[in-house]
Amino acid sequence: MASPSIRGAAIDLKSVSKHYGSFIALDKVSLRIEPGEFMTLLGPSGSGKTTTLNVIAGFTEVSSGSLDVGGKSVIGVPAHKRNIGVVFQHYALFPHMTVSRNVAYPLTLRGIANPDRAARVRKALDMVRMADFGHRFPSELSGGQQQRVALARAIVFDPPLLLMDEPLGALDKKLREWLQLEIKRIHRELGTTFVYVTHDQEEALVLSDRIAVFNQGRIEQIGTGRQLYDEPETLFVGKFVGDSTILRGAASTSGNETAIDVAGRKVAAAKRLADGAKPVMLLRPEKLSLARRGKGGQDRNTLPGRIGEAIYLGSGSKYEVVLADTSKAIVRSTLDAETFAIGDEVDLVFAGSDVKLLADDENADFTLT
Amino acid sequence: MKQPGRILLGLYCLLVAVWLVAPTIVVVPMSFNDKKSLAFPPSGFSWQWYQNFFTNPEWSASLVGSLKVAVVTALFATVIGTLAAFGLDRMKSRVSGVLRALLITPMVVPGVVLAVGIYAVYLDTRLVGTMTGFVLAHTMLAVPFVIIAVSASLEVFDKRLETAAASLGATRLTAFRTVTLPLIAPGILSGLLFAFVTSFDEIIVALFITSPYLKTLPVQIFSSITRDADPTVAAVGTLLFIVTSLVIGAGLLIGSRQGKN
Repeated sequence: MASPSIRGAAIDLKSVSKHYGSFIALDKVSLRIEPGEFMTLLGPSGSGKTTTLNVIAGFTEVSSGSLDVGGKSVIGVPAHKRNIGVVFQHYALFPHMTVSRNVAYPLTLRGIANPDRAARVRKALDMVRMADFGHRFPSELSGGQQQRVALARAIVFDPPLLLMDEPLGALDKKLREWLQLEIKRIHRELGTTFVYVTHDQEEALVLSDRIAVFNQGRIEQIGTGRQLYDEPETLFVGKFVGDSTILRGAASTSGNETAIDVAGRKVAAAKRLADGAKPVMLLRPEKLSLARRGKGGQDRNTLPGRIGEAIYLGSGSKYEVVLADTSKAIVRSTLDAETFAIGDEVDLVFAGSDVKLLADDENADFTLT
Repeated sequence: MKQPGRILLGLYCLLVAVWLVAPTIVVVPMSFNDKKSLAFPPSGFSWQWYQNFFTNPEWSASLVGSLKVAVVTALFATVIGTLAAFGLDRMKSRVSGVLRALLITPMVVPGVVLAVGIYAVYLDTRLVGTMTGFVLAHTMLAVPFVIIAVSASLEVFDKRLETAAASLGATRLTAFRTVTLPLIAPGILSGLLFAFVTSFDEIIVALFITSPYLKTLPVQIFSSITRDADPTVAAVGTLLFIVTSLVIGAGLLIGSRQGKN
């Protein structure tokens, strides 16, 4: 086990592309990951996040571009020589070996003999809290236990870099949330660089130092969770990270102000986009509030709508509001706010300063599988 | 009431079972005949034909010959068939389909056709009646069985385990040795058994390429029964029936255990 003082490796991808025939899986992706950082590659399926992971692991060769791990180019270096730990979504434990032998496997390959080997296996299993399961076979373990063994196997040889490909994707929600905290703890204790692939934006927010948001083979934005949520640079990021309401319509600009006409009602924000881009407005659920129809006040933006769905969350309520142009707004209100029922006629109220003005993008739609 | 239907079904199944096994079972009582005749039912009881099988050099030599050929054939066929199955598994699907069909042909081509071809080639190359000749011919016949058995194992083998092994530091060869091979071993073993039985049981090609110096057991049985009605044939038949049942049974057992995993 590396002591926290030995930091992980830096990773530097420069203009990395990967083509499969005419299909472009990665399109000039550049990404620098700092030593010891927890970086999450977030995106819908087919966005290039797993391809990026496979490129770093050495399972996929790049078509062009450069890739340095720990300051050295690894282009052309086969996977087995890269000394990078990998955790797979499907665990990939060797079914014919016990838990102990699975974890000892990378040590045996490196010529590490007992008693050193046994001691390191025990330490790795301790770290993932599986020390009592050494004699079991993988088929005798639950999914969460198998994944913890796979994690022990991937860290037992002290790799400076650990890659995780949707490691919690096959587990149920409660277990996933608990293992997220475990992974965070292990990252803190090891000081290894972690690169984590997921399509679950909540998971990305919980785990990561920084998040790279992938869409259609490109990185849309790299930043902390807060940056992605508060200051999305593209419509895709705004929609993919967190809940959001998008207002579309005929736009007009005067001076530094942009107005959008939503089914006959204008809403405005004191912002403007570069010329040529078609502006849309993005609003986070907690920046929106609701009022009975006509009670919204005149000083702020108001849009008429009808409550389409009301969900009680315990800590507050979540409403889906159908606007005049049939688009939907998502509103989160606190416990002390006025409550509404399905079908209520309401005004959607928000301040122009809370509006994120973004360029419309027809590639911003995504599907989660 | 379902009862009469069930009884009818049971009787029908019994009939089919008897029909399938009867010819084999008939040999067993004949092997204990006390007279030199293949009459059924036998007139008395004796062990003499078993004794003859183990003491008569003609019979024991053919048994040893058969065992030698079958063991060497099984080893060759298993190595070649396993490598072929692995190669086919990792190939582009269209090419591998054609190649697989080609490699399976010895199983579907009529034995006599193959035998004539082999005989013609062996006459020129002086392989008739040689150990090399027998092993070459039988290996060709046995390879398809190994390919089919190993391919079935590879079908269920999770290739992603090899990727995982690579990430842990294993070269392709090491990954094959430590991960792939142990996991497809049941398929290889059942392929080996089938290859052994294929060779041990083979008569058509063997009849063509046999010589007084190298005879296999099936050839000896055939010539013995066409020459005189020697009940030793029944004794051999009984022994073969028992041994083959055990071997095939073991193969099926391995196969079914693999299926469970």
